[in-house]
Amino acid sequence: MSADPGGLTFLDRPNSYIGRSVPRPNARRLLEGRGVYVDDVAVARLGHVAFLRSPHAHARIVALDTADAKAMPGVIAVVTGPELAAVCTPWVGVLGHFKGLRSAPQHALALDRVTWVGEPFCAVVAHGRAEAEDALAAITVEFDPLPAVVDMETALDPATPAIHAELGDNLAFERVLNVGDVDAAFRDAALVVEETFQFGRHTGVCLEPRAILADWAAADGMLTVHHSFQAPHMMQDILCKHLALPEGAVRVICKDVGGSFGIKVHIYPDEMATCALALMLKRPVKFVADRLESFQSDIHARDHRVTARMAFSAEGDILALDMDDLTGIGPYSVYPRTSAVEANQVVNLTGGPYRHQHYRARARVVLQNKAPTCQYRAVGHPIATMVAEGLVDLGAARLGLDPLAVRERNVIPDDAYPCAGVSGIKLEKLSHQAALAKLKAMMDYDGLRAEQADLRRRGIHRGIGLAAFIEITNPSAAFYGVGGARISSQDGCTIRLDPQGGVVASVSVTEQGQGTEGIIAQIVATATGVPMDKVRVISGDTQATPYGGGTWASRGAGIGGEAAWQAGKALRGNVLVVAGAILQADPESLDVRDGAVVDAGTGTERMPLAELGRIVYFRPDTLPPGVQPEFVATRHYVPKDYPFAFTNGVQASYVEVDTETGFVRLLKHWCVEDCGTVLNPLLVDEQIRGGIVQGIGGALFEHCLYDGEGQLLNGSMADYLVPMAGEMPDIAVAHVVSATASSEIGAKGAGEAGTAGAPAAVVNAINDALAPLNARVARQPVTPEVVLEALGLI
Amino acid sequence: MASENPDRAHAVAFTLNGEAVRAHVPARMHLGDLLRQSFGLTGVHLGCEHGVCGACTILVDGRAVRSCLMLGVQADGATVETVEGLTESGRIRDLQDAFHARNALQCGYCTPGMLVTAAELLDDADAATSREAIRAAIAGNYCRCTGYHAIVDAIASTAEARGQGRRDAGRDAGLEAAE
Repeated sequence: MSADPGGLTFLDRPNSYIGRSVPRPNARRLLEGRGVYVDDVAVARLGHVAFLRSPHAHARIVALDTADAKAMPGVIAVVTGPELAAVCTPWVGVLGHFKGLRSAPQHALALDRVTWVGEPFCAVVAHGRAEAEDALAAITVEFDPLPAVVDMETALDPATPAIHAELGDNLAFERVLNVGDVDAAFRDAALVVEETFQFGRHTGVCLEPRAILADWAAADGMLTVHHSFQAPHMMQDILCKHLALPEGAVRVICKDVGGSFGIKVHIYPDEMATCALALMLKRPVKFVADRLESFQSDIHARDHRVTARMAFSAEGDILALDMDDLTGIGPYSVYPRTSAVEANQVVNLTGGPYRHQHYRARARVVLQNKAPTCQYRAVGHPIATMVAEGLVDLGAARLGLDPLAVRERNVIPDDAYPCAGVSGIKLEKLSHQAALAKLKAMMDYDGLRAEQADLRRRGIHRGIGLAAFIEITNPSAAFYGVGGARISSQDGCTIRLDPQGGVVASVSVTEQGQGTEGIIAQIVATATGVPMDKVRVISGDTQATPYGGGTWASRGAGIGGEAAWQAGKALRGNVLVVAGAILQADPESLDVRDGAVVDAGTGTERMPLAELGRIVYFRPDTLPPGVQPEFVATRHYVPKDYPFAFTNGVQASYVEVDTETGFVRLLKHWCVEDCGTVLNPLLVDEQIRGGIVQGIGGALFEHCLYDGEGQLLNGSMADYLVPMAGEMPDIAVAHVVSATASSEIGAKGAGEAGTAGAPAAVVNAINDALAPLNARVARQPVTPEVVLEALGLI
Repeated sequence: MASENPDRAHAVAFTLNGEAVRAHVPARMHLGDLLRQSFGLTGVHLGCEHGVCGACTILVDGRAVRSCLMLGVQADGATVETVEGLTESGRIRDLQDAFHARNALQCGYCTPGMLVTAAELLDDADAATSREAIRAAIAGNYCRCTGYHAIVDAIASTAEARGQGRRDAGRDAGLEAAE
């Protein structure tokens, strides 16, 4: 379904592309196998690096003998941690506004101690990857295994050793929030429900593995880095800092990126090591993670245990929420975003759709000897949504109320904005009531309940699950900048009019497949009046684009898009001033439409842009005196009036549970969400659908399994399940449009709403199906084993 | 140390995207690496290199094959087609158009393998083209971005259009025969 075009009237220029389902201009290249991902970049004298990674969760490196490896055919260099440390300085992943957050210095290659299975501590560079791996096998290492901190539940016990002795214990961060009078609200409640929710670790599984190619050209002092990454300017800044290079000496290029989802926005030791090796060896060096390395070293996410209570009145009003979140983040807080953000978001977001005023939350972030966790798509949102929505369903069931009706009763009303959420977050404009109403009609809620009841009588156990949620998008500098992280929250766009009348737009937001280049082309075409097929968009190159944050936290359209809109308007204004001078007309009386300067009132063509381009660039001598054409315009944008543009939505899942095998069959999924102005329904709907399926992955399949010694048990795609086409349902998507007034285009983010709400909708549906059998699940992923345990069958 | 040099190359000759080609291939090199590294066919994408993700799918003697599960030396004498060849021959132009119109791709990394798998399905005129059948046919190709819905839509619309084309062709042939 497409957006309501009524919300776009202020943008409804004669040749507006905004709000239309225009196919992405850059997709044709990808469809023909002509994408350029990092591993496709051809460079002469290339060295391939492979890393020796720890087989232990925690161990001291007693001896490391690389002599045999150095003598192997094809080997260019073998480099240890201390050797690399002479080139690349260590980092510490903390933020100033997360008071008390602690971590330890982390090196590109571990020096004398390894802290998780997969941590790199030695590198081989060879003429081919296979030769590098051959040489890895010739390195001998003597380890002294150390006690591993594996279980986050016991990580804080006094008997558990501290991973980093200098920190004293394994508590990296703690936050406590106490709003209203929670104890009184629980004391006076008609009903209190409680549940402990467990969330398994999972990871991004980008189909293109992490990849980086660093090329140091000593002659001109330039490090060119091709990187499968989301934030090129951030990487440039960090390389400069840790390799002691001036800003102008580093160019980061992120061309095609084969999936990212937040996985490719962090600083990874092996990628920093690759760049340092290029400097050391004065030649290009490439690292492409193989799939085992991806599972061992890509950031993981979601390792949480949350115990929470919700208080209700007899009528179904939510009175209070009290929760305790414990999360394990691996041995280091990941640089530079930190691994405390997910728990912090859980505190900020849990129960966010609802108008209750009593809320207590504690989050503790603990270190452990497993792969580091950090921001992955919809950071904290699936946890926050599951906790609140699971408790809402429990409360509704105990009170004998319809779960949809309880949500309708408790959401913040659509006419209450602007207001603050219970955790203190500022909410500009949300649409829970409208979204619930739309969902109810779209899924034929009452009809579905009747079908469910009918099938139940025949022994078929189907369930309907609902999940209302809010999503953080368009983050301002309040997210990272205030904490001292050099992560840009502003983005920019530069647009140039060329002699033929086409434009080139370069943007600092980046493309990983979500359609950034497509929506920028739509916005630029609309703003400048140039046909979309004459707009070329450049992204992902620190040397060719304005400075900016890149793509993360659902900010590409809302922040990068507004910068493009403003730049496009500025360029059109410049064009009209010059055209007015040539045509002896008031610029106010002119417009640019479909590639020509026209009379604004009648639409009559006065001059094609190609003619204007010819005069300005090749015959400036014919211009009237005093006219200085500036056919390049740059604008930057960052939200200032609200720290974030919150969005909202509601999802529903319809599932069937086989009570003999424990298998869950997904029958249908619905999502209504409000991301403000919908720039391109085709792209937004597929973002939502893709996000939902990633959320379903976490709910039902995906789990990074470790044993008691901290060994990763499922480091291959054959062992780690992700959703496949055969198991996924069709997904219906609809929108409510509450444009943000913070920007002219009014777009909020849409990239994470699907992932935020899907797990809760699916798990609630499973529990709805199991309700007649007095069984419940609260541990994700909900594997058949978990269902059968809940049913008491195993 | 193994006694034999693992990089010792073996001569192979095969047909690649319609052209006769020759190469010297180390015995341990899989076909995906051979196509990428020796022939620059970077549309062959490597996602897992253990046969699970489907990104490296190509056609060998007309059948969809995981190029990471086949050694380069095994290509000797075979007919190999990659997404580049399928594109240049125009054989999947309608399918690519449908993917484009429907936005049935995001990052594009799974896309060549997905197209090859779909091409094989669509080549079978008798193949069932229900959404369930399409979902089953592409169930060996991971897509991490789209959620599959749009891909199923694009393949279904291509199947429908090709089916209509075949019906039209059959009707036209029938009319001619009657005259």
